[in-house]
Amino acid sequence: MTRRSADAKDEGMAMTTEPGKGGGLTARMRRLAAPRRRGKVARRTGATIRMLAALVLAGGLYVAVAPATQAADAATLSRSAEDGKALFDQNCITCHGRNAQGVDGKGPSLIGVGSASVEFQVTSGRMPAARQEAQIPRKRTFWDGEELQQNAESLGQYIQELGGGPQLPANVDPSQADIAKGGELFRVNCASCHAFSAGGGALSSGKYAPTLEPATDRQIYAAMLTGPQNMPVFGDNQLSPQEKLDIIAYVQGMKSDQDPGGWGLGRFGPVTEGLAIFLVGIVALVFATLWIAGKS
Amino acid sequence: MKRRKVDLKALPGATANAVDERFKVARPLRGILNKVFPDHWSFLLGEIALFSFIVLLLTGTFMALFFDPSMTEVKYDGSYTPLRGQEMSHAYASSLDLSFDVRGGLVVRQMHHWAALLFVAAIIVHMFRIFFTGAYRKPRETNWIIGLLLFWLAFLEGFAGYSLPDDALSGTGLRIATGIMLSIPVIGTWVTSSLFGGEFPGHVILDRLYIVHVFLIPLVLLALITIHITLVFIQKHTQWPGPGRTNSNVVGERFFPRYVMKQAGFFMLVFAVIAAMGGLFQINPIWLFGPYRAAVVSAGSQPDWYVMFLDGSTRLMPAWELTFSIAGHQYMIPGIFWPTVVLPGILTVLPMAWPFIEARKNKDKSIHNLAQRPRDVPQRTALGAMAVSFYIVLLISGGNDIIADKFHISLNAMTWAGRIGLLVIPPLAYYITHRIALGLQQHDREVLAHGVETGIIKRLPNGAFVEIHQPLAPVDDHGHPEELPYVNWTVPKKMNRLGALGPAIRGFFKPIEVPVKPQLPPAPEKEREKTSV
Repeated sequence: MTRRSADAKDEGMAMTTEPGKGGGLTARMRRLAAPRRRGKVARRTGATIRMLAALVLAGGLYVAVAPATQAADAATLSRSAEDGKALFDQNCITCHGRNAQGVDGKGPSLIGVGSASVEFQVTSGRMPAARQEAQIPRKRTFWDGEELQQNAESLGQYIQELGGGPQLPANVDPSQADIAKGGELFRVNCASCHAFSAGGGALSSGKYAPTLEPATDRQIYAAMLTGPQNMPVFGDNQLSPQEKLDIIAYVQGMKSDQDPGGWGLGRFGPVTEGLAIFLVGIVALVFATLWIAGKS
Repeated sequence: MKRRKVDLKALPGATANAVDERFKVARPLRGILNKVFPDHWSFLLGEIALFSFIVLLLTGTFMALFFDPSMTEVKYDGSYTPLRGQEMSHAYASSLDLSFDVRGGLVVRQMHHWAALLFVAAIIVHMFRIFFTGAYRKPRETNWIIGLLLFWLAFLEGFAGYSLPDDALSGTGLRIATGIMLSIPVIGTWVTSSLFGGEFPGHVILDRLYIVHVFLIPLVLLALITIHITLVFIQKHTQWPGPGRTNSNVVGERFFPRYVMKQAGFFMLVFAVIAAMGGLFQINPIWLFGPYRAAVVSAGSQPDWYVMFLDGSTRLMPAWELTFSIAGHQYMIPGIFWPTVVLPGILTVLPMAWPFIEARKNKDKSIHNLAQRPRDVPQRTALGAMAVSFYIVLLISGGNDIIADKFHISLNAMTWAGRIGLLVIPPLAYYITHRIALGLQQHDREVLAHGVETGIIKRLPNGAFVEIHQPLAPVDDHGHPEELPYVNWTVPKKMNRLGALGPAIRGFFKPIEVPVKPQLPPAPEKEREKTSV
């Protein structure tokens, strides 16, 4: 049972006690108005019936008022989510706890993170994490190929059905997007951490913005939507779905864009350029001086 | 018609005579062409800077034909798709056009940038050579100061060039420069607003930087380089001490023809290295940076390497603000003032004064034309190592975010390592260098006293082993070598330096002649005749 549905149940209980008390009050008023006429058994039976009626009323009210889907989900998981739950209980439960409620000092609660987050973390190999550190790095995925896609989907479905949250659109297709617009948005929103070349950059205390080199279209979309680890969330109010596709088109375009100037030196900017001028330029020319001065 | 006879052999002489009769150049030219230059690889480092400056002038002139520093906003419609339709300054658009739409534009732009990096790198390496050999001593103090000025001018010139394309990186650099200027007490705001014509970025800064970059600084650079080289001609080049070399002569090759030919060849090599780097390695990909917007600051924004040490000093400086009030007015000196204004100030004045400080300390008023080996002046060498290590800590700290990210080190740890390293490493470098210099001296003296180790071990009758030494000096009656005086020059330390193992093998990368195989000497002629008879 999820936390949310448990809360809802508590509310329901509160509602049941309310009318019950009300019933007691009327009875007391009646008692004050007239001397007692009924027997103990009759009174007890009446109270029980009133109590049952109140319970039925409260339960009915709850079923009518509470979101129908959640109430249904809490009771039953879809088949895919059942698979996801099985995977979760086997691989994720150590850190994220029973029912994805989180474990203090180990892993956060996954209630409400949505299937987009699960897809990002699992398909990029970040989850399951190898160890606790400043930031969970991208690594080889736990499953491969078709199995990875299926398991990520099932896990995502499970987390989604547990607590909702952001979901990826079925089809992330940046082929029709505006690259120039995406570049502008990338430079304003993303470059300050991922750097102009999307090669990544350092944050404080061992944290970092990773390189986008291995990221797929869906992963970039999911990252913007869910804001994994130290990344802020770029919800659809900040960047519309179309703008997200523009950014993805620009990032992916940069990868296929072969450096027109030659070897890109990792596109790290002046640091590697400075290294190159000493390691290549100065070293080559010092050898030249040795050669020329040796010819006397 | 009578055919005129041309005497080819007399032609050069006749031409030279004709020129001399008109311009009277024989006398000054003879002095210059006959000038003798000592030959050593370390004397050619300054030439790398000179030749890359020539490449800079050539490539820069080409680019000036296509570049327009105007800051008017235009819509880009060139051939680089990911920027098409973007609003940008005309300066940036014309830099993109230069890179993508002018034939050969990109390779020339890249050559220009690599040549700029090489120019300053060669200046630094050349400066190290001058410092560690004491070549700045009297009478060459002026040329040392001119050299330092050349470095700082190259620094400014490079920064102006870096700022011109108006991409996001150069705009960020200019923004930081504005911050540095603003931090100067009292005059900071005035300096900034007069330079930028108001608030940053304004509309005039690129036009101003352009004329500074293509005319003013190159002119001053050219003038100072001319004086720098003329002074070398007048004061003569220093030389290493050695057989036949004294404080009052120069042993080497004449300027013409050998030295000129070598230098021409070296220019080709420098040009080739720059051209190869320009063609093979991508530098400053402005199309990835995008047009400058105040809101765009990328991670990993660095200046070119020669400005990076100031970036490093800024990163290491704690955020200390100094607030005080004078006559009821509140003043604040931000932390950035110390690492970016005061530090470069010290780094300019202190090296300029150094030749005079050292001469005063040593009470040395004599003229020095012989270079000193670093080991022979351990204190200076150690001080130099101290300065170099200080500089390198700052340089590395200037790129500490890239290093932190790529080597998975915490950025905070890098910053603290830089802070502590800046205080701890230079004294360590002083101590270690001092000990190494003394140790090398000691070994030289040892060889002078006892001779070269031969590698031949002898066992004495009492069972002890001794190595036989080849004395460098004649031996006395007891077979003990006379002790040779220390002459501040290379001491042979291997037997083949003394010719024991046959002639040294010629060839730089691989032997160009096969060494003679050791064989038994042929029997004397007479003996052979006897046996044959």
